[in-house]
Formats: sequence, C-alpha cells, structure tokens
Amino acid sequence: MSVLVYTESDKGNFKKNAFEAVSYAYEVAQQLGDTVTALAINASDCSVLGQYGANKVKHVSNEQLTNFNAKAYANAIAEAAISENAKTIIISSSADSKFLSGILAAKLNAGYVPNVVAAPVSTSPLVVKRTAFSNKGFAHTEITSETRIIGVSNNSFGVVEHGVQVDVEDFAVQVNDKDFGAKSVEVDKVVGKATIADADVVVSAGRGLKGPENWGMIEELADVLGAATACSKPVSDLGWRPHGEHVGQTGKPVASNLYIAIGISGAIQHLAGVSASKTKVVINTDPEAPFFKAADYGVVGDAFEVVPQLIEKLKEFKAQNA
Amino acid sequence: MKILVCISNVPDTTSKINFTEGDTKFDTNGVQFVINPNDEFGLTRAMWFKEKQGATVHVATVGGAQTEPTIRKALAIGADEAIRINAEPTDGFFVARQLAEVAKNGGYDLIIAGRESIDYNGGMVPGIIATLLDMNFVNTCVSLEIEGTDAKAVREIDGGNETIATSLPLVIGGQKGLVEESDLRIPNMRGIMMARKKALHVVEATDAPTMTADVKFEKPAAKGPVKLVDAGNIDELISLLHNEAKAI
Ligand SMILES: Cc1cc2nc3c(=O)[nH]c(=O)nc-3n(C[C@H](O)[C@H](O)[C@H](O)COP(=O)(O)OP(=O)(O)OC[C@H]3O[C@@H](n4cnc5c(N)ncnc54)[C@H](O)[C@@H]3O)c2cc1C
Ligand SMILES: Nc1ncnc2c1ncn2[C@@H]1O[C@H](COP(=O)(O)O)[C@@H](O)[C@H]1O
Repeated sequence: MSVLVYTESDKGNFKKNAFEAVSYAYEVAQQLGDTVTALAINASDCSVLGQYGANKVKHVSNEQLTNFNAKAYANAIAEAAISENAKTIIISSSADSKFLSGILAAKLNAGYVPNVVAAPVSTSPLVVKRTAFSNKGFAHTEITSETRIIGVSNNSFGVVEHGVQVDVEDFAVQVNDKDFGAKSVEVDKVVGKATIADADVVVSAGRGLKGPENWGMIEELADVLGAATACSKPVSDLGWRPHGEHVGQTGKPVASNLYIAIGISGAIQHLAGVSASKTKVVINTDPEAPFFKAADYGVVGDAFEVVPQLIEKLKEFKAQNA
Repeated sequence: MKILVCISNVPDTTSKINFTEGDTKFDTNGVQFVINPNDEFGLTRAMWFKEKQGATVHVATVGGAQTEPTIRKALAIGADEAIRINAEPTDGFFVARQLAEVAKNGGYDLIIAGRESIDYNGGMVPGIIATLLDMNFVNTCVSLEIEGTDAKAVREIDGGNETIATSLPLVIGGQKGLVEESDLRIPNMRGIMMARKKALHVVEATDAPTMTADVKFEKPAAKGPVKLVDAGNIDELISLLHNEAKAI
C-alpha cells in the first residue's frame, strides 16, 4: 500500500510546502511500512519529488486544471487515492489545500486532521499531534476512520532529503463541468514578493507605527530580508494596510522561521496566531508590552529610530555574507 | 432567499486555555463562551442580506443546552429563528453531517459557516456540508454579493485574493472582510427582548460516526526569558539572529 501525498505547484513549479508534505509522507510511510505516491497536477519536473522520498509520482496534465479549483482538484486526489488503494493521505496547510480538505474528506468518507506539527505519535492507532485553540495548545488526535487525511502545518516538520528512486507516470482524471460551479474569474496576487503563508521571515507592524504613511521603512526592512509584510488587526481595521496582512487568531496564522513584531503590544489574540514562529523579535517602546514575554529577542526602543538602524546594519551584514 | 448561518460556540478570544482530567478535557471553568468570530462576520453579512434583500436568516448550532445563550445572542442580533441540534459536537465530520441534515430539510439557498472554529480549528465543516448536499462552495470568503441566483465571492488565497463567480445554492466558509469590524453589532435591549419571543427549535441528532478523537492535550512548553538588546547596539541583535537563532 502507499501513502498518497498531494503536492502543490504554482505555474508548474512545486511549492516549498510540497517538499515538506512529501518529507512528512515519507516519515509516515516508514512508520507504516508503506511506499510514497505523490500526486502532482500540471507540474514541470516531477522527478524532483524523489529527493524528498516519493517512490512514485502520478502526474496529471490537464488544461482544465490550469487554475486551482477545489472540487476538481479534490476529485483528482480522491481518484488517485482510490487507484492506489491509499488509506493515508497527506496534504499541506495552504489556503488551497484547506479549501479542498473538507470536500476530499466527504468524498472519501475520511477523518481529517489539520495543522499537524510532528511525525505521528503512534500508527496503530494513528495518533497525530496538531495545534488547537489557535496555537494556545496542542491536541493528540486519533484518527479512527479507515481512510484518513493529515494536513501538515507549514514549516513544522521541515523539508527532509532522502534521495529515493522515483517513477513518474501519467495519470488521467475525470473532469466534470459540474465541478466548475464556482469558477475563478480573477486572481489578484502580489508577484515577486514573499507571502505570509510561505515566507521564512515575516516583518509585522502594529498601531505603534502611528499611521499608514510610516510603512515605508517596514517595506524596506522586509525587502532586505526577503520577508513578507504583516500587521496587527487594528491596523487593517483602520485601513492602514490590506485585510490580507492581518495576522493572529482571527487573521492569518504565521509559522515562519523569524517573526519581527514592531510596535505591536502582543495581545493574546495576536500572539495566538504568531506563536508557531520559531524565532520572535519584538521592537517596542514599552518594556511592559506583553510581547516581551513571548519573544526570544527584544529591543526596548522607538521603532522610528531602531528600524532604520536595523535596515542599515542588515544591508551591511548581507553585503558581507553575500 | 433563505440563509442558514452555522454558529459554533467557542471560548472567548481572551480565554486562558487549560486542561483537566489528566489533560484529556478542555477546562471550561471560568471560560466565557461566544459566537465564533468567523461566524459573527458571516451572521452580520446575513443581516445585511436580510435588511437589503429581504432574506430570511436562521442560525443553527450543534451543542448541548449550555450553548443556548450563544444562539440567543444571534437571535438578538437579528436572526429570525434558531435551531439547536442536541448533541456534543464530537468532531467536524459529525457536526457537518448534523448541519447538512438540517439544511437539507430547511431548503436553504445559502449556508454561511466560518473558515474555522477558533477552538479546535478543524476548518472542514463548510466543505463537508457543501459536498454532502452537492452545493457550490467558496472557502476563506472575504466578500459576498448576490443578485438573483448569481453570486460573486472573493476568497483569500496565499498572497492575495481570487474573485469567484458562482451561484446559489452555495456554502461559504467566511471570515473577517465579509463585513467590516465596525459593522459588527452588540445586541441592544430591544433585540434581546425580541429574541426571547423568537423560535428556538431543539432537534435530536441523526446517527453519524465520528472519525477523529482528541485523546490528549498539551500546553506549549514554557518559554525562556526574552534576551534584551540595547537599542544602540543593533549589531548584537544581528549577530544573535545569525549565530544563535540561525534565523538570518
Ligand atoms: C475577537 C477579537 C479577535 C482579535 N483578533 C486579533 C488578531 O487576530 N490579531 C491581532 O493582531 N489582534 C486581534 N485582536 C485585537 C487585539 O486584542 C489587540 O487589540 C491588537 O492586537 C492590538 O494591536 P497593536 O498591538 O497593533 O496595537 P496596540 O495594542 O495599540 O499596541 C501598540 C504598541 O506599539 C507600541 N509603540 C507605540 N509607539 C511606538 C514606537 N514609536 N515604537 C515602537 N513601539 C511603539 C506601544 O508600546 C504598544 O505596545 C482581536 C480582538 C478581539 C476582541
Ligand atoms: N458545533 C457546531 N455547530 C454549528 N456550526 C458549527 C459547529 N462547529 C463548527 N461549525 C461551523 O463550521 C465552521 C468551521 O468549523 P470547524 O470545521 O469546526 O473549524 C464554523 O465557523 C461554524 O460555522
């Protein structure tokens, strides 16, 4: 039997979460004594998945699937699972994978556990560790159904190389007009900039910045670090920044390697959404700001003095380490 | 247009999270329960459809009698009727089955659920309902407009937004953006009085299996103290981030 992993790509290129999902699938397959089959849709170089542990890649090449469509993609994954007789399916935690997860669970009558952060705790029964209560806790969740879907949290298990011999085969799937009852008409996406979901570094600023006109230095700091920009909830509520940048319990979750919080107090709802980041830095004038209790490194100081210095010093550092 | 808003009863966002019974149960002691924030945005958008387009709005929750104050609040905000499916919400699949059953019998054109519940963060209920009932589905929905049976929705994707053309019957997984923060309503006295007279139907659950079970909970490991760096010594911060944290 095989563990099936859905590997996401964008314009033919695999996303980093695809490599992490395959790495995770390899670990699960080791524990279960199974092999790993990856499903890729319109990807250009499928053999690269062998590097992360895929034994086989089923490649769907289909023009109707050029744009992501949750129902059609869920169908493709379900068909692959059935053809491989796969009972364990691994997906990522991207917006697209979360979109199709419920559809896939219903189609396969499968138990689904999202936001999984570590290799299974046990395989019989299958128990996985996931975040719960918006990162304020973890749950060990047993999946009791015969078919089970695990959603791997971004940047949690990590990308692990194995170098497995991989076979790539074409896989044709049924595409139904009915699946396009919800149809993409326009995608408005920042290009050439890291997104909060995939970025290694996220630079985030709060009400301490005083107004939208002061975001130039935040953008510049993000630029130097190749980081995505984010903000606290009031900042997006006030219209200083777009809603898509709002992070926290009711915004986007952040699970980056480095999270830099500037002029953010560290309210419980904010921390809940960002605490999964590995290293957290806070810059705040108020030494009593709650964020100092949650951060690894802190600078008590005025953002308008500290950030420009940080930009200069980082540029020097990058120049030396280039 | 008939709308069903699915409401999950969750700990207030400021709640401290603790576990009892050997870390196998969530400790509800002293915890204030509220309408799941993602559902509150959806409910508020539903009120807009009611006021501007004459929609009828029902709310439904799967839960025990202790969830009634939360659905009463939804009635006080303006929903017309409430349905409580009398069962413990054991897992997302179970909950979705219950809601799908109620939705099927109610003949709703639009089902608004949230992107996720902020307690167990399952994020699967709307997708399962849509699939069980063979309805269109848009997740992480941040804008929804309806004209006749045509719908235009915007969903949040990683790094941007996607506009989607779809039609009723439709299920959405909603979140902030559906309405502005300032549009959220605190029930007033009149709303609360009227809510008392509105129907709250209690229905029994249908048989459905659960697929997952939380066997144990853990709290995140305690963090060490923050390392403070002098504002005049940013070089040290960079050195710590590079050498110690290996973050840059
Ligand atoms: C239901 C609910 C859900 C919520 N969900 C979220 C969520 O998902 N995400 C979220 O972020 N919030 C959320 N909140 C809001 C949260 O409670 C806080 O209000 C919010 O996080 C505060 O944002 P802030 O830190 O930017 O602003 P403030 O709390 O106003 O903090 C500003 C900080 O900037 C510092 N500062 C001021 N000037 C400077 C300067 N020159 N240099 C450096 N620092 C300076 C101040 O010392 C202060 O600590 C939610 C609230 C509710 C009720
Ligand atoms: N017990 C419940 N009763 C009614 N609706 C629920 C319940 N649990 C979840 N939902 C709905 O499903 C959405 C997603 O929840 P979940 O899949 O649990 O993260 C929520 O925002 C609610 O709209």
